[in-house]
Amino acid sequence: MPHPNATELGTALTDDEVLVLRRDFPALQQQVNGRDLVYLDSGATSQKPASVLDAERAFYEHDNSAVHRGAHTLAANATELFENARATVARFVGVRENEIVWTSNATEGINLLAYGMSNASLGRGGSDAARFVLREGDEIVTTEGEHHANLVPWQELAARTGATLRHIPVNDDGTLRMDDAERLIGPQTKLVAFTHISNVTGVINPVEDLVRMAHDVGALVVLDACQSAPHRVLDLTTLDVDFAVFSGHKMLAPTGIGVLYGRAELLDALPPFLTGGSMITTVTLEASGYLPAPQRFEAGTQKVSQAIALAAAVDYLTAVGVDRIEAWETELGARLVDGFSAIPGVRVLGPAAGEHRAGLASVDVDGVHAHDVGQFLDDRGIAVRVGHHCAQPLHRRFGVTASTRASAYLYNTTAEIDAVIDGMGAVRSFFGVK
Amino acid sequence: MASGDLAGLYQQVILDHSREKHGFGLAEQADASSHQLNPTCGDEITLQLHVAGGVVSSVTWEGAGCSISMASASLLHDLAPGLTLAEARERIALFRELMHSRGAGIDDEDELLGDAIVLEGVSKYVARVKCAMLAWVALEADLAQVDPR
Repeated sequence: MPHPNATELGTALTDDEVLVLRRDFPALQQQVNGRDLVYLDSGATSQKPASVLDAERAFYEHDNSAVHRGAHTLAANATELFENARATVARFVGVRENEIVWTSNATEGINLLAYGMSNASLGRGGSDAARFVLREGDEIVTTEGEHHANLVPWQELAARTGATLRHIPVNDDGTLRMDDAERLIGPQTKLVAFTHISNVTGVINPVEDLVRMAHDVGALVVLDACQSAPHRVLDLTTLDVDFAVFSGHKMLAPTGIGVLYGRAELLDALPPFLTGGSMITTVTLEASGYLPAPQRFEAGTQKVSQAIALAAAVDYLTAVGVDRIEAWETELGARLVDGFSAIPGVRVLGPAAGEHRAGLASVDVDGVHAHDVGQFLDDRGIAVRVGHHCAQPLHRRFGVTASTRASAYLYNTTAEIDAVIDGMGAVRSFFGVK
Repeated sequence: MASGDLAGLYQQVILDHSREKHGFGLAEQADASSHQLNPTCGDEITLQLHVAGGVVSSVTWEGAGCSISMASASLLHDLAPGLTLAEARERIALFRELMHSRGAGIDDEDELLGDAIVLEGVSKYVARVKCAMLAWVALEADLAQVDPR
């Protein structure tokens, strides 16, 4: 079932190729409840290939040392690996290496920004930081479809500064109401924060249009790339966003490593969030000067092995071909939505079958709570996510408190998609729902 | 085909209670009322306690959630009437012990839980224990309101 866009994306992976690359993932080689594991929860976190696990282990076995300090050989090796990892990740998303800040995860990246702006609003960072200052009358615009990580930190920032938080509403299919976006984004808007791809609906937001609207009024743009960086060809420079965040663990890397991208001149002007060692120039007992980005945002001992493992993950994705992964997941996503949509009593949240969407689908099963759906599928060895997926307002918009989400990645086969469709088709009869 | 464990978790009596929801519907007046939310899945319940002469006369509730949480509230509604407040506390403690037994169950006193003993299978699924406990935690909060200790 080739997707119409497949030729633009590159040639999709094939099931035969996927069956071979799956062997690289130790966690996928297991049975759960007596069945072969069908892992369809990569939207929450991905499994890791052996090369990533090996890279982290090799660092500790050979090169473990403190970075950016010490004159000995191991310290130099560790620093080189750490900075090479930054360069690898920067190339992967089309930006310069001094524009990549290591964080623990995307959530920390957004909080770093929000607290940096908060500090600017308190006068830290001087006139260089003026464009980050928020005060009463200023507005932050986000959307109804955000993960809590791209909502709660802005609520807090608004509360600390007196700014107002506004939301672009979504249509019944989860797409943004762009006429409302035009109306909401105006001269009072200082920041527009939105997700590239919804973790609930798979909607791919029109980044270029939103960036144009924001930049026309001089507002900064923050892109949540958690569901795009792992799955699609991403060039943040071309997209022209001012900041972006993503998490390593959703893209084959370990937990504990994430990325904040910021345009260099912005990062150099933003006051730091976490302060302490490694981010300073001169320290006296009274005051301190700060290094340029990215170091000014990397206080304390860094996530060295995780950063190196993230680079190994990026190397793995690059070797497979992100364009081919994107095309494959587009096919899997279409198959998933087609299959779910055909089941009586199952409602797909988000765009209908055939619409432009990512390789995931969340459903509401009439008469059966998502937790029960997930439990039933788990009994078949199928791992899906149940609950509100950290997006309560969006679920409320759809009139449900919870949903069941299947999310694919490069290692999933069409047979696995068919297994979850088959399982979903059996849910209502098991629970006795007519 | 479902495994034996799954059939044990979702016994027919549980599925029946999850649909029938004994005691569903809030009264205008109650001696105590408590709202409980499980933020990880959104299950929620409001549970009212009605007391007469130091004894539970009834438990009424409204809520939305998975079959385990709904069935558990329905079973609690059937169990509670006629218990003294102290007995109600004891049953909650016993039910909690059952839920934390990791499938081992409780030996002696399981008849004290009435039909709610069918929820024993939940204790094998650590992630679902909170679902089963929701109504019982609400009753515990109600008891603390009418009889603070």
